[in-house]
Amino acid sequence: MDQQTLIYIVVGASFALYIGIAIWSKAGSTGEFYAAGRGVHPVTNGMATAADWMSAASFISMAGLIAFVGYDNSSFLMGWTGGYVLLAMLLAPYLRKFGKFTVPEFIGDRFYSQTARMVAVLCLIVMSVTYVIGQMTGVGVTFARFLEVPSEVGLFIGTGIVFIYAVLGGMKGITYTQVAQYCVLITAYTIPAVFISMELTGMAVPPLGLFSDHTGTAIPLLVTLDQVITDLGFNSYTGHHTNTLNMVLFTLSLMIGTAGLPHVIIRFFTVPRVADARWSAGWALVFIALLYLTAPAVGAMARLNLMDTVQTGPVGSPDGNLLYADRPDWMSTWEVTGLLKYEDKNNDGRIQFYNDANEEFQNEASQFEVPWAGNELTVNRDILVLANPEIAQLPAWVVAVVAAGGLAAALSTAAGLLLAISSAISHDVIKGAINPRISERGELWAARISMAGAIALAAYLGLNPPGFAAQTVALAFGIAAASIFPALMMGIFMKRINDKGAIAGMLTGLLFTVIYIFIYKGWFFLPGTNWLPDTADNWVFGISPLSIGSVGAALNFAVAIMVSNATEAPPKEIQDLVDSVRVPRGASAATEH
Amino acid sequence: MEESAGEAYWRANVNLVRVLLVIWALVSFGCGILFRPLLSGIPVGGTDLGFWFAQQGSIITFIVLIFFYAWRMNQLDRHFGVDEE
Repeated sequence: MDQQTLIYIVVGASFALYIGIAIWSKAGSTGEFYAAGRGVHPVTNGMATAADWMSAASFISMAGLIAFVGYDNSSFLMGWTGGYVLLAMLLAPYLRKFGKFTVPEFIGDRFYSQTARMVAVLCLIVMSVTYVIGQMTGVGVTFARFLEVPSEVGLFIGTGIVFIYAVLGGMKGITYTQVAQYCVLITAYTIPAVFISMELTGMAVPPLGLFSDHTGTAIPLLVTLDQVITDLGFNSYTGHHTNTLNMVLFTLSLMIGTAGLPHVIIRFFTVPRVADARWSAGWALVFIALLYLTAPAVGAMARLNLMDTVQTGPVGSPDGNLLYADRPDWMSTWEVTGLLKYEDKNNDGRIQFYNDANEEFQNEASQFEVPWAGNELTVNRDILVLANPEIAQLPAWVVAVVAAGGLAAALSTAAGLLLAISSAISHDVIKGAINPRISERGELWAARISMAGAIALAAYLGLNPPGFAAQTVALAFGIAAASIFPALMMGIFMKRINDKGAIAGMLTGLLFTVIYIFIYKGWFFLPGTNWLPDTADNWVFGISPLSIGSVGAALNFAVAIMVSNATEAPPKEIQDLVDSVRVPRGASAATEH
Repeated sequence: MEESAGEAYWRANVNLVRVLLVIWALVSFGCGILFRPLLSGIPVGGTDLGFWFAQQGSIITFIVLIFFYAWRMNQLDRHFGVDEE
């Protein structure tokens, strides 16, 4: 059977599975639509949370981010997992005890303020919409590369599938499809990783392979990798080359941002008890770690594989580089997509892949017998994971599973985000502000219509991605870290914080973070409107716009505490509310409200 | 009486979280980033302990921290009689 047919069969089967689950898990009430009837087992929820959280960025981009930078990008690994510790200990159990349906609802009730609730809704919608654009682009790209259909058609098929199970099943449908999607994506990620690890180190477990000896030598893989890339003028893989303060703040921003993402938080509303919310966070991290411990191994090994493919002999010898005419098939396949580019700058018909920005090395390379006239190969870091099975020459069915895995990662996250957006609209805006007397049936319909509207918006933005799509991840994490997380944490841990403090804190954190990002990235990301160039020498204390969320969070805490202490204490019933959130007893009673 | 038991439960919770978050920061920001130069003498598979903490050790520790927290909190819930029926 040929490769293309196999991909159609595997991807088609995975879609059929998702639709089957949708029909089986139709939501009959708002409780089921928003929180899957609070009947999800903690391990099941952990798995669904892992799929909800691991997006196209985790599946497709992260190994590449580590591969081309090395140690300095460890921030992504620690940041995107460390957030679960904060979520498990500071937010999830208490918000589950609170027993309502949305994140803005807690903020509105705890700070007895409709304004606070609407600020939270605004933050939630801005960050979820920006996040969803990335998923939709991921769906389009995967379809275009693997199913050879135009990316617009891919996008329509993808959103069509989400439409069926999200509108019909709400949180209930999403939960069980996410479980299936997790199984697909982790299988797709692990199989090629095991093969590549076996090939390079003889170790079947990739995380162990990362620290093992390179096959056939007594030299550790990482030593070989450092040697190979520094010989070509690149920074060493294991060394620390960036500003330490920035690395700490970036890691912290990703951690706080992760804990403050509403589409992740609402997953913990689906378990029956407070104790389950605690266990569930642990299980979520176990399932996430299966991918996150594999990713750095895939990154290092794929980088070494790529360098060895191109640099076939000693650096500087005339025939030490791969002839373009002899390049492997996967290179030509990816050249078609434009994500891999070759330009023969010194006209020797061979591929030179090195760091031409390193002046010392470039001077040396200009003196070679056949002088090197600049780097000739550009590799988009996003192709590493998708091209891995082809690089390692794995069977056709593995390529098909990886295609299904990429789609599963993007669709599961998109569905979670769409639910967060639609529940904020139907529950916080329509029921909370516009029409509090809406019936249960009416609200369920409002939720379904909001979901359909959110999906249409996501499809539109996926088709016409704003030019700034790639920049917006910074915005999503920055807002989550600087506005939502501090408000939730203070709401639970500090009784003295009142409505005025919380609102002032959220607005300070939000504006500070957004303005700092806009100064370097352009106002509303419009190209050319930035005040300062986005380079390390222009950043205040070397803090990049990606890392500023943690500073925004600190300001949020400081302002909220000062304003609250200067104004009156929250009323008695609010203090009682905080007391009740702090103890698990009575959580099941809060289920029906 | 009821009130003070509630306060004691909350204090125990906050103390537990505080200790666990110190470990959380120590393995990631500490061993993974700030103290990496101090750990450079300890070799791990071709690099040093700091690199291992940054790419694997911190993640594994995070998992242990959450499960320990869940287990210990369930104990505290029962001890203070605030567990779910």
